[in-house]
Amino acid sequence: MAEDGREESVAADDDSQHTAEDGRNGLNNTMVEESPTLLRRMEICVAEAEKRSGKNAVNMQETFTVYLIETRPMDALAEGRNPAPDSLWRRYSEFELLRNYLLVTFPYIVVPPLPEKRAEFVWHKLSADNMDPDFVERRRVGLENFLLRVASHPVLSNDKILHHFLTEEHGWKEVVYETGFQAKADSRLKALSATFRVRNPDKRFMDMKHYSDELQSHTSQLLRARARVADRLYGVYKVHGNYGRVFSEWSAIEREMGDGLQSAGHHMDAYAASIDDILEEEEHYADQLKEYLFYAEALRAVCRKHELTQFELEMATQDLISKKQQHEELSTGIVRTFSFKGMTNKLFGQEAPEQREARLKLLEELIEEGEEAVKDKTVECEEHVEKAWVDMQRFKEQKDKDLREALINYAVMQVSMCKKGIQMWSNAKECFLKM
Amino acid sequence: MSVGAPRALASSGQKPITEILHPLSAAEEPLSVTVGGDKQEVGLTNGTPVETSSPASTSSLFNRLQLDDDLEADVRDPYADSTEMRDLFVTVDDPKKHVSTMETYITYRVSTKTSRVEFDLPEYCVRRRYQDFDWLRIKLEDSQPTHLIPPLPEKFVMKGVVDRFSEEFVETRMKALDKFLKRVADHPVLSFNPHLNAFLTAKDLNKRQGLALLSKVGESVKHVAGGYKLRARPAEFCAMGEYLDTFNQKLGTIDRIAQRILKEQSEYLTELREYGGVYSSWVGSEDELRRPLEGVAGCVTTSCGGLEDLGDNMTLDFLPVLREYVLYLESIKNVLRKRDQSQAEYEGRLEAAILRKQEDRTPMPLEVEKCQDKVECFNADLKADWERWQSNKRHDFKQLLTGMADRNINSYEKSQAAWESLITLLQDKQTEDKTSETN
Repeated sequence: MAEDGREESVAADDDSQHTAEDGRNGLNNTMVEESPTLLRRMEICVAEAEKRSGKNAVNMQETFTVYLIETRPMDALAEGRNPAPDSLWRRYSEFELLRNYLLVTFPYIVVPPLPEKRAEFVWHKLSADNMDPDFVERRRVGLENFLLRVASHPVLSNDKILHHFLTEEHGWKEVVYETGFQAKADSRLKALSATFRVRNPDKRFMDMKHYSDELQSHTSQLLRARARVADRLYGVYKVHGNYGRVFSEWSAIEREMGDGLQSAGHHMDAYAASIDDILEEEEHYADQLKEYLFYAEALRAVCRKHELTQFELEMATQDLISKKQQHEELSTGIVRTFSFKGMTNKLFGQEAPEQREARLKLLEELIEEGEEAVKDKTVECEEHVEKAWVDMQRFKEQKDKDLREALINYAVMQVSMCKKGIQMWSNAKECFLKM
Repeated sequence: MSVGAPRALASSGQKPITEILHPLSAAEEPLSVTVGGDKQEVGLTNGTPVETSSPASTSSLFNRLQLDDDLEADVRDPYADSTEMRDLFVTVDDPKKHVSTMETYITYRVSTKTSRVEFDLPEYCVRRRYQDFDWLRIKLEDSQPTHLIPPLPEKFVMKGVVDRFSEEFVETRMKALDKFLKRVADHPVLSFNPHLNAFLTAKDLNKRQGLALLSKVGESVKHVAGGYKLRARPAEFCAMGEYLDTFNQKLGTIDRIAQRILKEQSEYLTELREYGGVYSSWVGSEDELRRPLEGVAGCVTTSCGGLEDLGDNMTLDFLPVLREYVLYLESIKNVLRKRDQSQAEYEGRLEAAILRKQEDRTPMPLEVEKCQDKVECFNADLKADWERWQSNKRHDFKQLLTGMADRNINSYEKSQAAWESLITLLQDKQTEDKTSETN
């Protein structure tokens, strides 16, 4: 299998050759090869980012960034042709719209997340400015990653709206709204209420929900701690730059020691400067962690949807039972439960037989409706459970593989940092020996 | 053994020529003015008369050549002289803790091997504490004011910051004391000082005895009347003073930078430990990711260990040496000042004498000539010592900075090894898993 071949070649790579870059490419390759999906048929990438200005909804001037999505048919590439890609520009808010549509339309799927809207978990050097070129670049990569994940998903990749998003620049928004997906969205209040009041949710989903909390907690803790570490490490490296200056000043008053000191000073400056690239590289690791931080939220959403469908089923069942009970009471005259009607009947006398008949008839209709509702809800609930469970398993496997790869890449970055440090200090040492 | 020491040293007369290290030391003379001596020499550290200019330069050339050989040959024993020349070897080792009702302190074994006649025996072994070294240094400064006395490690350490009885601290201090003693023993003039002899040989160092050994030199230099003003300091001594000032400044800056780095590293270490902890706590909710997460946590811990060592080493090896040198510079500046005073006195007396001569035709008084001798010998001693000091300084800083580089390299190497073995482990597991899946 091609998949095996690729992974074996990654594993056999010599440590020194395995770079973080390889790790990222490996991920993308996996998605292409494993998916019997859109991605097999179409090569997708987010090639560029550009600044635009325009008037917004309230007619105010604003600046925003647009991203170029390029697509090419895979079969053309396979035949060796190299056609020019089709392309269109999209801004971040359109990606958000696409994702919201997917969330509502496929509530049993753990929908891939978008890169963060605003820069968070920053350490002091990075600006939290959305216009910062580094931020924009990382966002471009994140958006591409999102599209690749969606397009390689066995279920999501078949969606027409997605296809439209990738191929038709104009009028896409109208098409999305026409699906009426917004009306289908569950209100937060409804969802929250279900979480508290549901009686028999599927245990597996509860465990998964608990796991999503753990995943979110740990990734966010890790991101925070990493940012603090980066901040401190930056300080350590930069202070060494002061050695550069003082060695230079000192060398001026020395005879034999002067040259050695001066050159050592230059190496100290280089050492201090090296931290910038090191930390920039580490941002990719942080981005991988962030993706799974946001994935945790998507996982939780699927679990909550289960709670909601289960709750609605319980409510419908409960409603049916109570209606049947009312029917029974009315027809037999035996009051099992307290009811106002029962009370008023006792106090004011029973109602007329025609009224009773009418009510019985109404109840029978309601019961019929109720039974339909229970049937529908049961199907909805069971379907959701079945499909969601499949996707959650898929997600788990993906998560395990991706995070493992990310951790290995992190280790590779650390090795690279150590090697650079050793190089710098060895250079300085050589100069010291020449003093 | 109180009066024995001077006796050994009084044999100043017949000295075989081979035992004279260089003209400037003129070993027979330094002690001729001590106990019981009726020689009223002007009491310089050497008895050699005026023409010291060339010996100074030959001696300094000599010193420089010697030490340059050393630098290439033996890094570990920087003061290893070419063996034909050396006849005095000293070592400081074997620290031991002593607990008494009054205090707790450390003593060190001071071993001496020598063929010099000033010593009764060829070998000695005594125990000394820091106080004793301090005593010796003060005595050397007092009795040899025209020479540069090497520094001691700092006397006071902030309690609570550094543990005075920790192995590392004692080790560092001992190395510094060993260096001090070797520098003194290596010095062509200081090594013949009676106080050094007493320090190396006396079973019980009676420090009050020092008064009796105080040389007339010390007294005469100390009692220079303060009223004389210096006319024109020779350019080379001006240059020395300026160099010392600038160097002092630079050392201060380096000290501050090193301390700042320590602080930043310590804060980095704190965050890093917490960071490693997050990986460890994540392990609990995962199964497949257990191994990589634990692995990363482990590597972070290893890196923390390496950083801790780096910080400790900088505190114990680097900073103390810097501070020693700052003290050294201060003491050298003092010597420069004393030289200035000497010159000023001479100029003052000379001027007075000239005036008097003009009035009543008396010949140049002897004191003025003696003053002139004093100044010129002082200058010669100082110049020779300066060259020697420059050379030592160069070696010391080379060692210091190279050590700093090495320690940083070690810290990175440790960390790199841990991360590399983790990568191998995880990638091997990956191959294992894949092959078992397909089977």
